[in-house]
Amino acid sequence: MIRFTDVYKSFGPKTVLAGFTLDIPDNETTVIIGFSGSGKSVALKHIVGLMQPDAGTVEVDGELVADLDRDGLDRLRGNVGYVFQFAALFDSMTVAENIRLGLRRRGLDEETIQTRIRESLALVDLPGAEDRMPAELSGGMRKRVGIARAIALRPHYILYDEPTTGLDPVTSAVIDELMVRARQELGVTGVVVTHDMRSAYTVGDRIAMLYQGRIRQVGTIDEIRHTDDPVVRNFIEGRPFDPERLTTTGATA
Amino acid sequence: MPGLVTRVGRWGLETGRALSDVRTWAPHLIPQMRRLGVDSIPIALFIATFTGIVLSLLSKYIFTGAVPLYFVGALVGKTIMMELGPVLTGLALAGRVGANIAAEIGTMRVTEQVDALETLAYNPHSYLVTPRVLAAILMFPVVTALAVALGVLAGWITSINLLDLSTLEFVKGLRLFYRFKDIWFGLVKSASFGAAVALAGCLMGLATRGGAEGVGRNTTRAVVLGCEAILVLDAFWALVLL
Repeated sequence: MIRFTDVYKSFGPKTVLAGFTLDIPDNETTVIIGFSGSGKSVALKHIVGLMQPDAGTVEVDGELVADLDRDGLDRLRGNVGYVFQFAALFDSMTVAENIRLGLRRRGLDEETIQTRIRESLALVDLPGAEDRMPAELSGGMRKRVGIARAIALRPHYILYDEPTTGLDPVTSAVIDELMVRARQELGVTGVVVTHDMRSAYTVGDRIAMLYQGRIRQVGTIDEIRHTDDPVVRNFIEGRPFDPERLTTTGATA
Repeated sequence: MPGLVTRVGRWGLETGRALSDVRTWAPHLIPQMRRLGVDSIPIALFIATFTGIVLSLLSKYIFTGAVPLYFVGALVGKTIMMELGPVLTGLALAGRVGANIAAEIGTMRVTEQVDALETLAYNPHSYLVTPRVLAAILMFPVVTALAVALGVLAGWITSINLLDLSTLEFVKGLRLFYRFKDIWFGLVKSASFGAAVALAGCLMGLATRGGAEGVGRNTTRAVVLGCEAILVLDAFWALVLL
């Protein structure tokens, strides 16, 4: 289980997380939605210790991430796959080498590594892509390799940072399907950060909306779809609104 | 400036810690030695050749009959071995190697490849910094030694062809004030220049923010920082070792 408790994070004068509290239960996919720049990716980076909170705590399986030393962080990261927004593939390496890198770190033998590479690429529908360079791949294919790199590690958690951003609707649907497949076939707990509501409804078991640094609402897909909260409603329906004109109870002034 | 010194110190310490993670950095050492060292040999030799030629001609101009002409060998040898060889090679490599390292790691930083490394449980200091710093420490003296040899050779060829100096006279001058320390003094300096240039490149690369503009800005900073470090270290070694 991943637990954010009253997390604050600022960059200079800009406060991104302000009392961010959220529990992410095991064996389901939690989707964090919110406006661009609202701090969704920042929250995700706290889970693997790429960022540390200014205040508050982040726990993964009962361990405080901020208290972990380098070995502890390595152990934690061995249990968490991370799919980056723009895939973050190592551009000097082939697809297979990109996947191999994390597997080699875990001390697996060559035969197991080869098997994992093949299986992971098959799972993301890219069999035979081992020798291709990232520069030769389309945006959708790069994201799929990013997912393959994450699932090859057989992690307990996979964090997806804007997995469908910048992709056409068909490719987005393919990525959504892969995330669902990863959850069903590998049983991983997923955390997806997105502002693509179609994707959120497809892959999520629960949806949490991050707004002004904290969770505005969290609930099942049905609860979110039928929310009375005007901020959440305007966001999921893609309607422009002025946050300044909303009262604390949510009614438009 | 104190903040910068603290950062450089912290990164140096992290790199020292990363040294123990041999399994991570060792496979990258030889490729980095080739990239940072072997690939830099042509530019270093080019600079050394013309330095040797100009030094010979300059010596003749300065001496103008007041000093025996065989002193050209002494001046060319001493200045190239102890100062111009290491410093000019260092400055040239600060541009080539420092920019190369900063741009590569900076691009990896802004495209989240450094974050990806961390999430795969690699320490970026072990994976990126240590092999580059070690490669530069090992290869700067090699490149400098070749540059010194070619610089002296160019000075000799210039002397016997343009200064009416015989080979014997040139060698006589070369050996006149020669001490073994001249050689290792230059090589020790160049090893320290290698460490400074590579650390500056890695430091600026990892500190890169803000896309292509940030990469360009920090690449320039890495070159400037590397050049400044070379000049400061040059004065330091002169104070300590001479």
